[in-house]
Amino acid sequence: MDLKDLYRDVILDHNKTPRLFGRLEPADSAADGHNPLCGDRLHVTLKLDGDRVSDLRFDGKGCAISVASASLMCEAVKGKRRSEIAHLFNEVHEVLTRHDAPVPEDLGKLAALSGVREFPVRVKCASLCWHTLNAALERSAEPAKTE
Amino acid sequence: MNANPAYAGYDAQRVWRDFPILARQVHGRPLVFLDSAASSQRPAKVIAAVDNYERLHHANVHRGVHQLSQEATQMFEHARERVRAFVNAASTREVIFTRGTTESINLVAQSYARPRLQRGDEILLTALEHHANIVPWQIVAEQTGAIVKAVPMDRRGVIDAANVAAHMTERTRIVACAHVSNALGTVLPVREIARLAHARGAVVLVDGAQAVPHQRVDCQALECDFYAFSAHKMYGPTGIGVLIGRESLLEAMPPWQGGGDMILTVSFAKTTYNVLPFKFEAGTPNISGAVGMAAAVDYIDSLGIDRIHAHEQSLLELATRKLEAVPGLTIIGTAPDKAAVISFTIDGIHPHDLGTILDAEGVAVRTGHHCAMPVMEFFNVPATARASFACYSRESDIDALVAALARAREVFG
Repeated sequence: MDLKDLYRDVILDHNKTPRLFGRLEPADSAADGHNPLCGDRLHVTLKLDGDRVSDLRFDGKGCAISVASASLMCEAVKGKRRSEIAHLFNEVHEVLTRHDAPVPEDLGKLAALSGVREFPVRVKCASLCWHTLNAALERSAEPAKTE
Repeated sequence: MNANPAYAGYDAQRVWRDFPILARQVHGRPLVFLDSAASSQRPAKVIAAVDNYERLHHANVHRGVHQLSQEATQMFEHARERVRAFVNAASTREVIFTRGTTESINLVAQSYARPRLQRGDEILLTALEHHANIVPWQIVAEQTGAIVKAVPMDRRGVIDAANVAAHMTERTRIVACAHVSNALGTVLPVREIARLAHARGAVVLVDGAQAVPHQRVDCQALECDFYAFSAHKMYGPTGIGVLIGRESLLEAMPPWQGGGDMILTVSFAKTTYNVLPFKFEAGTPNISGAVGMAAAVDYIDSLGIDRIHAHEQSLLELATRKLEAVPGLTIIGTAPDKAAVISFTIDGIHPHDLGTILDAEGVAVRTGHHCAMPVMEFFNVPATARASFACYSRESDIDALVAALARAREVFG
């Protein structure tokens, strides 16, 4: 196991300087995500333009993997349709959990998360933001959980 | 070797060699195990004692007249006596085998507290309790209408006896507190708390899981009514622990679980319960676990608990000094009277990332909330990293930790 594979430069950069960090007010939807195991908390707010997420922000506290993943996710899904987001989520999920999954070319910067699969206990850190985004999209009032 | 007369001749490297698992490698590096507060490792003697029992002596206890059953019963009851002597309980009738500290506390909550508590009665805890000494009381409070209160701690993580007294009222029925905090290392003034509680007519339960492996515990001198601990934190097996209870209280308590071994006679009209301690040991117990626990007690005695304590205190002092010199590191929990547990955070590196990087270096520490979420909230941190020491910890383990922390700083630039 190589730490450099987990903490790639892109991850460290997005952890240090998270993109789209903050809250939209007013927002069309919002959700809280909580990983009770490590205490990570995320809040996602978003604006919808029809079927499209026209803008979104996240804030909260978490480890480098969860913050960088949220930052990368926000950049990746901004302006995308629900169906495109669902497709991306599936791809990210595969890359995070399947050891031998090829990394799809259209993942872009999200591919930097592929090192997480060598560290199974950290997969939940990377996926928390996606569950939170899904909860916001479903306008669920319940906090998202990784359990 | 150390010159301190309190543990002259204590050779941590030799003790380290008694624990086979410590010689293994992790991610291609020598294991540095600093997570003994979560669960300690087992010496070869404990492993051999369990193995010997399984190979040569196993049968059910308290049942058969055949030879194996008699041997197993003898070993099980011998284990009870070893544990009794180790914590100086008044008699083996006061030594109840359970699955561990958590089950011991649940037993008291359900069998002692539940039938007695009235609406508005108070259960007094402290702010630094492990979830295992919070949730069972919340459950019984829900069942009875009693109220759970917590004595606050100061910024060092100290629970002051005077503060405990200030939080007692005429409705306080039970005071439940840790002997040693698993998250902070704080040692609590248990005997003072017990005296204060008794003056108010309340009973006292002490969660001793983090104390028994690290310092001399004398249940009679502590004057507490119930004392709970687990074998796996004191070099014994998992799945076995003990509840020490005052005989007069145990006598008056109804059984917690029903089944075999806890009865004298059963008919469909009436069942007569067995005498102490068997009344609280329904079903076939963890016999090999008890044998392993007794072997762990023997092992601790062979080193000497006071010498282990002195060794760990010396490591605590050294580790505190070395960690304080690490840039950006903050120690959480700075009580003057501490066990060898150091919780800490590092600026700019989340404890979870720290845990992963340390693991890659072969250094095992606990990261997270340590089953003490109210403690994390009090110190306003989501989690901490925690290094905890045991009889087999060496000064070189501290150096490995400090080196791994430097590596973490490198990774995070």
